[in-house]
Amino acid sequence: MTEYIATRDAYGQELLALGAENPRIVALDADLSGSTKTSLFARAYPERFFNMGIAEQDMMGFAAGLAAGGLIPFASTFAVFAAGRALEPIRNTIAYPRLNVKIAASHAGLSVGEDGASHQALEDVAWLRAVPHMTVLVPADAVETRLAVRAAATEPGPFYLRLGRPATPVLFGPDYRFAVGRMNVLREGRDLTIVANGLMLAPALRAAEILAAEGLTAAVLNGSSVKPFDAETLLHWAARTGAVVTAEEHSIVGGLGSAAAEILAEGCPVPLARVGIRDSFGESGEPEALLAKYGLTAEGVAAAARSAAARKLK
Amino acid sequence: MSDEGTNTYMSEAEIKALANGARRDIIRMVAAAGSGHPGGSLSAAEILATLYGTEMRVDPARPDDPERDRFVLSKGHAAPALYAVLAARGFFPRAELTELRRLGSRLQGHPDMRKTPGVDASTGSLGQGLAIAGGLALAARVAGRSYRVYTLLGDGEVAEGMVWEAAMAAAHYRLDNLVAIIDLNGLQIDGPTAVVMNPEPLEAKWAAFGWRVFSVDGHDPASLQAAFAAARQTRDQPSVLLARTVKGKGVSFMENRAEWHGKAPNAEQTARALAELEGGAA
Repeated sequence: MTEYIATRDAYGQELLALGAENPRIVALDADLSGSTKTSLFARAYPERFFNMGIAEQDMMGFAAGLAAGGLIPFASTFAVFAAGRALEPIRNTIAYPRLNVKIAASHAGLSVGEDGASHQALEDVAWLRAVPHMTVLVPADAVETRLAVRAAATEPGPFYLRLGRPATPVLFGPDYRFAVGRMNVLREGRDLTIVANGLMLAPALRAAEILAAEGLTAAVLNGSSVKPFDAETLLHWAARTGAVVTAEEHSIVGGLGSAAAEILAEGCPVPLARVGIRDSFGESGEPEALLAKYGLTAEGVAAAARSAAARKLK
Repeated sequence: MSDEGTNTYMSEAEIKALANGARRDIIRMVAAAGSGHPGGSLSAAEILATLYGTEMRVDPARPDDPERDRFVLSKGHAAPALYAVLAARGFFPRAELTELRRLGSRLQGHPDMRKTPGVDASTGSLGQGLAIAGGLALAARVAGRSYRVYTLLGDGEVAEGMVWEAAMAAAHYRLDNLVAIIDLNGLQIDGPTAVVMNPEPLEAKWAAFGWRVFSVDGHDPASLQAAFAAARQTRDQPSVLLARTVKGKGVSFMENRAEWHGKAPNAEQTARALAELEGGAA
């Protein structure tokens, strides 16, 4: 029986564990600690938790100062406000001086659901990926999230962790290995390569099953480390399979699909199909229904795969 | 570093000399660079000289000492004033000042904490320094350190909403180790602050946000020192000095002229400015 855990819950748990291990870790939130799950840390370490109120830019500035003072701040709120509202303070005050600030942004993507377009960050990876010095991670499940949070706490420099609201399948076991800048190969294949991250990795794996039943074998890569991006692994599998599909709960402008397209266009131009939000805003609805409407499903990935594979040079 | 610190406890005359020397260096470096911001650098000379001459516990030989007092130049365009004072205090060679804004220089157009010894925060985008300073002040509490944090803002800068977010947070967290100074020179790029976007009444605004407010003469080291001393004795609230200044102070043709916010003097103007400043407090 598959277990379901939201990546934001995994973040809250790992932050709590790290708080016990390292007294230099502090947490900030912008009045959403119950939703981002920094509330777990806040209850355990009230003297190291700072609610900044509904003031995201200020939260990033304070986080910069806390980092400059030798601490390791984790700053959390919804992704659209963390990456959007506070983008320029993040760029100038955190990334430019390469301060040790960890931005853990929850409620990313369409799967926010009923709150609708204003709260559904579909551009945050694009915004942060363009900022120098920034590491951008989009973990696929609770296990990978905990490893990514630990990596952020351990490795120096600014990090952006993209987390989701809904409970999603736990894909990995306790022996799963995660490394910033490395793409894990989850499944090998001969006919095409699927690169997915976040909550699109599970449908990508299901799509590979659908395709296998049709006689198309797909390699599946975990594109959780959007920046730095593992170009070497992507190019290897693109050359080996001759077609690539990307899948992300994000705009096809500027995110994982764009990162892959840039690398492939320069290094191995093969047919590419990008599954994601096609340059639009979201809307209100139940998460599953929204994902289905916008084609972010196993069948959507499989359809893109058939199209990319069909365009391969014979 | 002991509580007494390694500051130099300059006399008032020495602070005035440090400020005037900084003014001469500001003119020289902006002229050599061919661009920069002389007006708001000259208005801040005594403020920076008082901070680095006597108020702050800093040791030029140990610019990364975790116990040092911190300074955040929120009005980052006044970098020439900060560089001039840091060089005079020995954080880096004074001869380097004429490298301001040049390719490969440690003295960037706006402060860069990763390049310049003694610079505690990278700034330049207005409105963000108070939050950085607040975070530094909060870090002292978490880490059990006794350092104090100072930040200098412009009076045009306080139109930025983030300033007031940070003002609210600093009072909320009772950051009594934080001191903001507003360089009230009354002018911004497009003209008088009262015309462009009136920031007044500043005293009532900061008081309403929970700050202890001091109105001081920003060109009088004794006035600044008295307020800094009172701020040091203040518990459970941050302090702000509303420092009345003259933009372009010390150079007659730059004083109170908005057009000298961000342009360099030519050779003739540079000579006149330096001649006037040579005649100033020695």
